[in-house]
Amino acid sequence: MERQDDTVVSLRGVRAELGSRPVLRGIDLAVRRGEVVALLGANGSGKSTAVRSAIGQVPVTAGEVALFGTPLGRFRDWARVGYVPQRTTTEGGVPATVTEIVSAGRLARTRFGLFRGADRAAVREALERVGMADRAKDPVTALSGGQHQRVLIARALAVEPELLIMDEPMAGVDLASQEVLAHTLREEVGRGTAVLLVLHELGPLEPLIDRAVVLRDGCVLHDGPPPRASADIPPSSPLRSSRGYPQPGHDHVHPHDASGAAPIRTGPLS
Amino acid sequence: MDFLNYALMQRALLAAVLVGVTAPAIGIYLVQRRQSLMGDGIGHVAMTGVGLGFLLSASPVWTATAVSVAGALLMELIRWYGRTRGDIALAMLFYGGMSGGVLFVNLAPGGSNANLTSYLFGSLSTVSPSDVTAICLLAAFVVAVTLGLRRQLFAVSQDEEFARVTGLPVRALNLLTAVTAAVTVTVAMRVVGLLLVSALMVVPVAAAQQLGRSFAATFAIAVAIGVSVTIGGTVTSYYQDVPPGATIVLLAIAAFVALTALSAPPARRRARPAAAARPAAARPAADPAGCTIPATRGAAEEAGA
Ligand SMILES: Nc1ncnc2c1ncn2[C@@H]1O[C@H](COP(=O)(O)OP(=O)(O)OP(=O)(O)O)[C@@H](O)[C@H]1O
Ligand SMILES: [Mg+2]
Repeated sequence: MERQDDTVVSLRGVRAELGSRPVLRGIDLAVRRGEVVALLGANGSGKSTAVRSAIGQVPVTAGEVALFGTPLGRFRDWARVGYVPQRTTTEGGVPATVTEIVSAGRLARTRFGLFRGADRAAVREALERVGMADRAKDPVTALSGGQHQRVLIARALAVEPELLIMDEPMAGVDLASQEVLAHTLREEVGRGTAVLLVLHELGPLEPLIDRAVVLRDGCVLHDGPPPRASADIPPSSPLRSSRGYPQPGHDHVHPHDASGAAPIRTGPLS
Repeated sequence: MDFLNYALMQRALLAAVLVGVTAPAIGIYLVQRRQSLMGDGIGHVAMTGVGLGFLLSASPVWTATAVSVAGALLMELIRWYGRTRGDIALAMLFYGGMSGGVLFVNLAPGGSNANLTSYLFGSLSTVSPSDVTAICLLAAFVVAVTLGLRRQLFAVSQDEEFARVTGLPVRALNLLTAVTAAVTVTVAMRVVGLLLVSALMVVPVAAAQQLGRSFAATFAIAVAIGVSVTIGGTVTSYYQDVPPGATIVLLAIAAFVALTALSAPPARRRARPAAAARPAAARPAADPAGCTIPATRGAAEEAGA
């Protein structure tokens, strides 16, 4: 197929069961190089399962999954993939610092887990990009939920991936930090990184998103342009691309922007 | 101290130091993945190996190593495949292992449960030169794995799903962890005893958690505590003629209690900067001790709003 070359994630007719209950019922999903695709849908619609089946964490009962054109079963090049799981409250029983957690994300780029100067620099840079460099030596248990989430994003960035898969990366992250992360993500996309992310509200990420896939009950309901927050701004307008990250000359803050201008709720009605 | 006792004491101390290093070194990964009691299960299974050693007149250290490695691999396989009945299967493995040990020892010519006692609670006088050789070899393996693969084992124990997405051979690493834990059990068997092995894997780590802020520091502190209590317990049991295992474990628990009491104030001090940093995206250069309320708005006004 002609799109094989630049398709970084492809799910075709994917079905999956969890606890003998069908959760995905034939999903088609493709993300091309440099593309940002948002996966939307109500709680329990199968977003996390779809994302986890794309990286082989959920066994697929039918259909095909491929990463970078390689069937998942034969895919070994994990250094090209960065993954941010949906945050769970389970933590290891032993204290670990922010740096130690983020370093685990860099392992795929090392030989036998030996860290060189470049690896340490990559870990530091990843922390800087999520605005957590000042907490590098703190134990993760001393972080708030949103800070913890930013550490998990840094862990995915540390490997310098070509494909970022993020499951609700903005959950619990305050608006200011969301904008910092949107800015980081824009840089990533500028380098050609493809992004597949699960979201409930587009928020500051909205101008970045090329395409939205909406799931309902394990089926794709919509695959196309993202549901637009404000219909009066056309998608091609430069206004759209300038919104959503801090502007040096734009000191007038709209405190209601996030909740007011982004009424994209992915409830059962959407 | 005559020479015989001196040589015996030297062997016992060497074995004790190796136990003090290896048990917390693998224990920290078990605690991190919340499998603190895995060592206890392996200890039960190893009893069959000890019994088998008596029955075949082979070295119980090596037969126990073989059986406990097999048992640990089986436990890991049960963890993968036996989702619902997993705990029942584990229970059968543990108690089957214990019963097998008792059965084999009594089947052995001239054997009785008394032979088993020194393996259950540890004993200094029975640590033979060949035991020390075996313990040295096994301990070298444990140290090589727990230090050499520390980043990989940390990643797998911290977040197994993420580790798989970084391309780590998670299944192989899990099996290696299980095997290393089994080997550690047999390293510790002569000194601490099979029934108390698990305590030395878990308690020094729990004590170190009270002080350590990073995984690396917790690792180092746990090993330091492990070595201190095994040396202390060995020396004490030499002079008091009590089983070393019990002394060592009680010392470890004492260390845990002492460190918990000592670290309570710093824990409170640590919590404050974290709370202060929460509202702002960037932490102020110095953590203020209190909130600065804007002059125009009083606290009462805020509460009334
Ligand atoms: N381990 C499991 N065993 C059985 N069923 C599961 C399991 N995990 C999830 N499910 C079910 O699969 C369905 C889809 O779950 P999934 O986590 O993919 O939803 P989601 O779209 O990510 O939801 P959310 O927005 O809450 O994260 C849900 O109905 C859920 O009950
Ligand atoms: Mg989810």
